[in-house]
Amino acid sequence: MAKSDVKLLGAWSSPFVMRARIALNIKSVDYEYQEENWLVSKSELLLKSNPIHKKVPVLIHADNPMCESLIIVQYIDEVWSSGPSILPSDPYDRATARFWSAYIDDKWFPSMIAFFWGQEEDAKKAAIAQMEEGLVLLEEAFGKCSKGKAFFGGDRIGFLDIAFGCFLGSLRVTEKAGGIELLSETKTPSLSKWAERFSSDIAVKELISDTDKLAEFGKKLQAKMTANN
Amino acid sequence: MAEEVLLFGAWASPYSHRVEMALKLKGVEYKYVEEDLANKSPSLLKYNPIHKKVPVLVHNGNPIVESQVILEYINETWPGYPLLPKDPYERAIARFWAKFIDDKCLLAIFKASWGEEKEREKAAEEVPEFLNHLENELKEKRFFGGESIGMVDIVANFISFWVGAFEEAFGSELLTREKFPKLTNWTHQFVNNTVVKESLPPRDKLVAYLRNRFGGRNVSK
Repeated sequence: MAKSDVKLLGAWSSPFVMRARIALNIKSVDYEYQEENWLVSKSELLLKSNPIHKKVPVLIHADNPMCESLIIVQYIDEVWSSGPSILPSDPYDRATARFWSAYIDDKWFPSMIAFFWGQEEDAKKAAIAQMEEGLVLLEEAFGKCSKGKAFFGGDRIGFLDIAFGCFLGSLRVTEKAGGIELLSETKTPSLSKWAERFSSDIAVKELISDTDKLAEFGKKLQAKMTANN
Repeated sequence: MAEEVLLFGAWASPYSHRVEMALKLKGVEYKYVEEDLANKSPSLLKYNPIHKKVPVLVHNGNPIVESQVILEYINETWPGYPLLPKDPYERAIARFWAKFIDDKCLLAIFKASWGEEKEREKAAEEVPEFLNHLENELKEKRFFGGESIGMVDIVANFISFWVGAFEEAFGSELLTREKFPKLTNWTHQFVNNTVVKESLPPRDKLVAYLRNRFGGRNVSK
């Protein structure tokens, strides 16, 4: 495929964009990346390609735009079928991977958001407790999904690894901001080791952002959102 | 070994009816277990310990939860009637709309109808905007899935039937023919489809249930 056939609109700080990029890397797809400076302004192309949500990531393949990170990952898996599989082949394993990704997006990540935007101590504490509870569940899920192997997806990074692993950067920022340990060898031994393997994987390595840089961006975001209210 | 398919559902739940529709379209034989949501069975809590909700599909002892996850599972497990398009791009678009309906539309409709006071006004503004997106997506198609019912239509079941029941229960107007002609047409096509008809709860019973359950709160018109 010519490089210009595949274009990804993204933002360096976005874990959702990271998902799409990991998937493209796994499949060794040559693509054009366009960084959106979305805090300042959104490009014409972004607004045209994702008129409803106006968000990144947006994958444009042969002029066809699509959005929503996990939908994009599934598309990449289906189109570049000769590359390593991202979703498991068994329908039940696929359902398990989808269930946990939905849990992460609908329940777990919102608690992280609640922590960052929470004004009162109580709200922040509750958010942390929810995150910790979620990590216990995910630690258990790792055991069941990995079946003794290195990743949720088995020998190689799969759908759930991507869905969860993209939040490792934000997780580290949360730990620093809250002065707490969320992922640790004592509390979440399997996830701790998995996190290291995930972050050093060849499809992921180059996409990892510096924790301090992310934290600084988070502060800018907070400032802008507070100013807007 | 004979295949065993169990569905834990609740008669008033649109989510549980989605799964029934899909199983029927695929011609899958299943045993239905009605759950009293005020008094959840040990089986339900065993099969769905995290969310403790219906629907739950149990296939040969393996539980699958979350209606959209179940729909994808049904589509991948049983051949025959396709719930999603074959083309990956069309599939991505179908998944986009299914997600939009649950994450945005349904959430806004719930908030506008019986949410907290402060959320209601904003949600009430969003509902017609979101319905308009669906109206535009239908274009000249009979169903969101094209000539036949697909996953997006199934996920939109709430809009086709429950919204109407709600409007009747409270005299409100969410989906009018004037504002949303295509969506209104789609509603008629959808609820009159043979398979769908079998999978819908009795209208009067649903209206009464909604009045009873949500009538106490201030319902916006």
